[in-house]
Amino acid sequence: MQVTMTINGQEVSEEIEPRLLLVHFIRDQLGLTGTHWGCDTSNCGTCVVLIDGEPVKSCTQLAAMASGHDITTVEGLEVDGELDPVQEGFMQCHGLQCGFCTPGMMLTARALLNADPDPSEEVIREAISGQICRCTGYSTIVRSIQWAADHETDVSVGSAS
Amino acid sequence: MQVPAPFEYERATSVEHAIALRTQLGEEARFIAGGHSLLPMMKLRLANPEYLIDINDLDELFYITRADDEIRIGAMTRHRELLDSDLLAEHFPIFRDAEKVIADPVVRNRGTLGGSLCQADPSEDLSAVCTTLDASCVIKSTDGERIVSMQDFHVGPYETAVGDTEMLTEIRIPLKAGGGSAYEKVERRAGDWAVVSSGVAVWMSNGTIDDGRVGLAAVGPNTTSIGPVAEALRGAAPSEEFYEQVGEIAAANCSPQTDQRGTAAYKTHLAKELTRRSLRRAVARAQGQEA
Repeated sequence: MQVTMTINGQEVSEEIEPRLLLVHFIRDQLGLTGTHWGCDTSNCGTCVVLIDGEPVKSCTQLAAMASGHDITTVEGLEVDGELDPVQEGFMQCHGLQCGFCTPGMMLTARALLNADPDPSEEVIREAISGQICRCTGYSTIVRSIQWAADHETDVSVGSAS
Repeated sequence: MQVPAPFEYERATSVEHAIALRTQLGEEARFIAGGHSLLPMMKLRLANPEYLIDINDLDELFYITRADDEIRIGAMTRHRELLDSDLLAEHFPIFRDAEKVIADPVVRNRGTLGGSLCQADPSEDLSAVCTTLDASCVIKSTDGERIVSMQDFHVGPYETAVGDTEMLTEIRIPLKAGGGSAYEKVERRAGDWAVVSSGVAVWMSNGTIDDGRVGLAAVGPNTTSIGPVAEALRGAAPSEEFYEQVGEIAAANCSPQTDQRGTAAYKTHLAKELTRRSLRRAVARAQGQEA
């Protein structure tokens, strides 16, 4: 079947098998390997991408279901060489160690800040509670997102509007 | 790598179209809503549909509205909307209690009420909530619609009353005066399926419980409303001793099995304790004592 969707602002149209999961479509068919593929059971959250601005676990969505929608992957956070404040925050506050959970964490953080520019620590922790960091670095991840909130620019990648 | 077996995919454009596709494709077809129960089942080959009918474009099934004497919820309404709804929280705080402990915020962006009920997992929280609230389910086909109580909706583990040519479109919850409700769940880790959970709803006047119901998950083949609990609640005056008695009635009338989530004895204990806590909170809410 044919699917057509917007990925990071670019329209893509591809022939796929209906059973292809969105995570494999993004990684294997489009070669965007920034989206990680982890537990395959919608627990770990490293495969999170934004669909129409909302974080979704792409191991538990069919690529077919994403057809016609607007997808943002971690590659879409950087715009014209400028890092998203979330990416900058992860750099400034040591928000990653091994980096495996990072793409999902950053996209969930971006969606959170689009909806709530000044979240409390509790709200941040709740927002990322569907994601697992195997280096147990949650404190620095929370600090990274707080840094991003304090340094928001007028960019809002993945904003549904 | 876990990948579903091959199937063909169709996207429905309206409820009528979805039902027509289902009728045409027959028993090998399944609707896919959020996909967060069905796709994991398909990856494990526990479900092997030959056709998937995607119903995510059916905007007409996303709503929470108040009719005269009931709240009506479209089957595609997602967990996140159920959690955020002030209308639901005002009339049935049990929904927000339960939604806070269902999976995680990202999963809640996709999973739906209709999908949860149709999954018919005995440990599923919204089934327990809808059982507690005596909800009814609107099931449509080309022949029209029929309304089925929660009691009759689940006909066994992972089995519902929805036929091969039918579709669950709406859940209706009766509104009665003086209501309070609450939900308590014990899980192995945050967002997991319930080891046991218990919902309670009461309707009170002048300090007396006029009517009440319980809905327990993970203590039998389906979520269950225990008749003797409703009988005990009717006309009762609330007290700590009474809450304890009701918990004991719940425990005596459930039939949990030992599995990887806990022993039957532990689950029976939870049924008692969680029913007691939910009842206490439901009564407090009915009396306006607790948000």
